[in-house]
Amino acid sequence: MIDLATLGLPEAIAAIIAIALNAYVLTGGADFGGGLWDLFASGPRRTLQRELIAHSIGPIWEANHVWLIVVVVLLFSAFPAAFSTLGIVLHIPITIMLIGIVLRGSAFVFRSYGSRDGAAQMRWGLAFAIGSIVTPVVLGSIVGAIANGAVSEAADRVGTGTFMAVFVSPWLAAFPIVVGLFALGLFAFLAATYLTVEASDDALRDDFRRRALIMASIVFALAAAALVIAGSAAPRLAARVIRVPLLQAATVASALTAVVTLWMRRYRAARVAAAAQVSLILWGWLLAQYPYVIPPALSIRDTAAPAVTLKLLVVGVGIGAAVLLPSLRYLFGAFRRRTGET
Amino acid sequence: MALSLGFHIVFAEIGIAMPVLMVLAEWRWRRTGDHVYYQLAKRWAKGTAVLFAVGAVSGTVLSFELGLLWPEFMRVAGPIIGIPFSLEGFAFFTEAIFLGVYLYGWDRITPRAHLLAGLIVAASGAASAIFVVMVNAWMNTPAGLVISAGRITHIDPIAGMFNPSTGQQVLHMLLAAYAATGLAVGGVHAAMLLRRPGSAFHRRALTVALIIGAPAALFQPISGDISARTVAKWQPIKLAALEGQFETETGAPLKIGGVPDPTAAVTRYAIEIPRGLSLLAFHDPNAEVRGLTAFPRDQWPPVAAVHIAFQIMIATGSAMALVSAWAAVVALRRRDIVQSRWWLRALAVITPFGFIATEAGWTVTEVGRQPWVISGMLRTADAVTPMPGLAVPLALFALLYLGLGAIVAVLIRSLIRETA
Repeated sequence: MIDLATLGLPEAIAAIIAIALNAYVLTGGADFGGGLWDLFASGPRRTLQRELIAHSIGPIWEANHVWLIVVVVLLFSAFPAAFSTLGIVLHIPITIMLIGIVLRGSAFVFRSYGSRDGAAQMRWGLAFAIGSIVTPVVLGSIVGAIANGAVSEAADRVGTGTFMAVFVSPWLAAFPIVVGLFALGLFAFLAATYLTVEASDDALRDDFRRRALIMASIVFALAAAALVIAGSAAPRLAARVIRVPLLQAATVASALTAVVTLWMRRYRAARVAAAAQVSLILWGWLLAQYPYVIPPALSIRDTAAPAVTLKLLVVGVGIGAAVLLPSLRYLFGAFRRRTGET
Repeated sequence: MALSLGFHIVFAEIGIAMPVLMVLAEWRWRRTGDHVYYQLAKRWAKGTAVLFAVGAVSGTVLSFELGLLWPEFMRVAGPIIGIPFSLEGFAFFTEAIFLGVYLYGWDRITPRAHLLAGLIVAASGAASAIFVVMVNAWMNTPAGLVISAGRITHIDPIAGMFNPSTGQQVLHMLLAAYAATGLAVGGVHAAMLLRRPGSAFHRRALTVALIIGAPAALFQPISGDISARTVAKWQPIKLAALEGQFETETGAPLKIGGVPDPTAAVTRYAIEIPRGLSLLAFHDPNAEVRGLTAFPRDQWPPVAAVHIAFQIMIATGSAMALVSAWAAVVALRRRDIVQSRWWLRALAVITPFGFIATEAGWTVTEVGRQPWVISGMLRTADAVTPMPGLAVPLALFALLYLGLGAIVAVLIRSLIRETA
């Protein structure tokens, strides 16, 4: 479905953005999931669960978080027209998402550095959890609104349509909200699966195994719901998703592998499979709407910045990657050693 | 937007300078084995972590807000300022990674690696500041694009990055960060020393903070002079506004204080130093300074706000330079400055001055550029989003930032208390 001969600089940058988005989903997304499990910590090992979550997120959440900044910055540098449209139509959900991000990040830090008394800890814990839940749902609904063409439609009606029609209903509709819940479910599933590997004792590991399996079934249900709704709410998207059968098959396969390996307590394998599953879902969406940034009107080519900017961006990304990738490896390496992993 | 930036700039400053303090303290500890320095490095690292996190989230908000509030600005400027913003993103990423290594790595990596991680945090912090200020400088003096018949026909992002304002603005901002943070930290410890003279911890803390803050505060007036001359050359309206200069004059006087009245086009109650302005702005006592009346009325910025902010910046900055000079003179005579209670009091008083000066300076450069968001190219009113009801998100963010600021203040206070 993609003609290789038409690929060029704009597509290369789009691919880089997609990779950064993928990295954000796998790292930052799991941190959001951790927040959900923090809220739902229960049973005799409640405190231990919370400690494990805080301990796993602590050293890395800021770095994880920066992936989102990279995505945004590359998007507005390389596809300024698309970014401008998103900023206008999705003003409200993006603002909500930002507030969620601020709350979550600061709450987490205040909780770890602030006063140790129980009430303050509870308050910050709550802010952290709420931020962790609201943000992915809104993020997902933004994706849903872009994917089903609602953003593009609303953009044409800026200045003529009602406030509700332009700024609210594109993202506050059944399909985007289901996508939002689906995103939250995926992140929670991802986090629980990661935590089975991070946990140091078997009881704790089992807690998160159970949670991962429950979440997996919820995710399946939400995926089914999204597909059903998409038939009427996003027919174009639904038709395009089906056009990449190999990718969909791989997604299903990795999802099944994740569940089976979790069941068999093969946690490391489960982690890989879950990460693959989430990544494939992301790429499934991106490839389905290719070559559009905001389907069905604004394509990668339509919205791309001049070539000189794109070339410089590629150089910049190259330099950035040369510095960042070894640094990230070092960061994760330094903390894995301590937990006794290899 | 201005609100978010005003909030972010303080955290960014601390984020630039605090790692330098922390690394310096750790280096002293590794060199001398003096345990007090170790405690100091640990304490400062904790403060850095809190502020960095808040700086990180407020920075994320900013990167989105540009598009949310000024979509038209991003459409026009994105291809040029996107490059420095992208580089900033990477520098910030590096900072986040190595701050993680530094904070959680005290006993997990070798001393040398740990110190190096701290250095990288400090260096990448400075690098992010450079890239971001490049963008702001470009908004003041846009370069690197050709417009014909209302359309941008050719762009050169590199020329955009190194526009006429970049050099001086970067210098001024970096010095501001080191001066403000160094003297603020010094001021806090000076207050502690007044209460508990002879505390080795506060003594050493004060010394390290001064090593960073005092030289920066002393050089800042020189950098300010360079800035003023650049503004005089490239943004004459801004110069006229910040000086409250309405009439075009040769041998223009320098006005100190005073209240500009735009309707009557006069600045009242100012102390005037004859030929001062011409001398400072052009290094020639007889140079002609163009006044606001030489420009169309609809291109004037809010004169009173800009002029008063400028006076505040000069006043607080001068106080900082004086206290630093006092310390330098005593140090040169090989006396112990920390013995002087009067000096400690002075330093304690000017603790917040650096941040006040920064906010004032920010007001000067931003409000002084109005009504333009990109000087001479795009008016702020044309850049703003078509979404109605903008007051709501503004109020929301104001509330959020107020809350965050209060909490950070409480946290930092409790951090300081612990050491007392």
